Amino acid sequence: MEAAIAIPAWRANLATIAALMARAKNELLRVPGAAIPGVLAPTIFFLGLNGVFGALTHLQGFETGAYESFIVPVSMLQGAGFTGAAAGVNLARDIEQGWLDRLLVSPAPRWVLLAGTVLAASARSLIPAAFVFAIALVLGAGWPGVDGLLVTFFMVAAMAAVAACWGSFLALRFKSQSAAPLMQAGMMALILTTTAYAPLALLQGWLQKIARVNPVTQVLEAARQGFVGSVTWAETWPGLLALAGMLTLLGALALRQMRRTAA
Amino acid sequence: MSALATNARVVRALGMRSIRQTFRRPQLIAPIIVFPTVLLAIQTGGAGGAVELPGFPPVQSFLQFMLAGAMMQSLMLAGNSGGIALAVDIEMGFTDRLFSAPIPRFAIVLGRLAGTAALGLFGSLWFLTIGLIFGAEIESGVPGALLAVVLVTSCAMAVGAIGAAIALRTGSASVVQGLFPLVLVVLFLSSAFFPQALMIEPAQTIAKYNPLSFVVEGIREPMISGIDAADTLYAVLAILGIVLAGLILSARALRHRLRVG
Repeated sequence: MEAAIAIPAWRANLATIAALMARAKNELLRVPGAAIPGVLAPTIFFLGLNGVFGALTHLQGFETGAYESFIVPVSMLQGAGFTGAAAGVNLARDIEQGWLDRLLVSPAPRWVLLAGTVLAASARSLIPAAFVFAIALVLGAGWPGVDGLLVTFFMVAAMAAVAACWGSFLALRFKSQSAAPLMQAGMMALILTTTAYAPLALLQGWLQKIARVNPVTQVLEAARQGFVGSVTWAETWPGLLALAGMLTLLGALALRQMRRTAA
Repeated sequence: MSALATNARVVRALGMRSIRQTFRRPQLIAPIIVFPTVLLAIQTGGAGGAVELPGFPPVQSFLQFMLAGAMMQSLMLAGNSGGIALAVDIEMGFTDRLFSAPIPRFAIVLGRLAGTAALGLFGSLWFLTIGLIFGAEIESGVPGALLAVVLVTSCAMAVGAIGAAIALRTGSASVVQGLFPLVLVVLFLSSAFFPQALMIEPAQTIAKYNPLSFVVEGIREPMISGIDAADTLYAVLAILGIVLAGLILSARALRHRLRVG
């Protein structure tokens, strides 16, 4: 009898993550309509906010004269938030249908199962981001430069990972798709209670206070810098730090909940 | 008991059922109340500086201006939720049981619309309360507040008729749910959130002819300045137009549903 070839643990883990990401990709290819809300919602918000609040740039203290340039990173991050939350809804569906139970009895570590969901959401978030970005360019948003574009898309992908951790935590906590509004609304509130509509100095008192301490403000400012000026390390590192903090916190919560979930 | 009284009881019973259904399911009540409230807070805080823009109508605060927009959003989503709930009833076979009962078919739709109108009423009272708590004044006092409540409630019923027509036509909750983004598009392309004169083209031109703009101005005027007969008349005409369109579409869709089963 031939001896089984031992595969190193790290390779097995990577293969599992890749398989889970491929499953998420297959879902997208087999049900393309499922991706439409994630693309449509941020696009509508972008077009709507631009058409409605475009005149705000006439206020003193605005960094740019083009509201479309100011608002496009918000909509890209919104797309990331919706996509990440959708990953949570899909996980809740997997729990309801018993699919997660089958994964939990496999030898794959819990963190690998979570990583598959989170990384798939990260990759998927680039679709709505690219769509909104293309629409914004057509409408006259400024070109952020290659460095600005890379920073923006990195922030979008990482924000989707944050949203997926949040969605996964709730899915594992409530084990039901009915928690979906909480996943979506939580992300929407987190992204919009920032400098989404106007620069910090122009926000009303209470929102200014929240935006100042909301870590997503730093992420948004980092994603926005190329659209309203030039890319600098001073504007970038606070965003990276905020993302690292949110990923650590929400990732730990989701992982803790995953470990508590018995097969 | 007269036929009219019997029909009224059916409408009341179905209306009460749809209200209970909405309050029991967080996924139905959340879009009607939570979503517009969160957006009202964020837009008021984020774009509040807009009141200093040249051409912005004189208002006490941006919150006072935005209340009508939040009510419109709530009533539109109430109409959409009513459509989703009716489609779920069709999918689950509950509507078939009602069709076989000795009650007029129109009472089934009216029952759902009565429920939607009640949700519109609840939404208008909710946002009036929110406004008053956070310092917004209703310039024309109690009569103005009452006018706003009546317009919101009747418009919720009108929009609900369109939601019901789509539910009856398609019989699919996911199709009606898919209209949610469209609701936002129609709202953004009206003067619900910003003065029409300060909007950017082509949104400005579309908002000028959007019937919802007339309704929202009818609701807003009593709050920010006073009751204006012309604005109220335009709002009433716009609502009547939506009601008429909704009822015609509902009647056709109902016939279609009875034909295909």
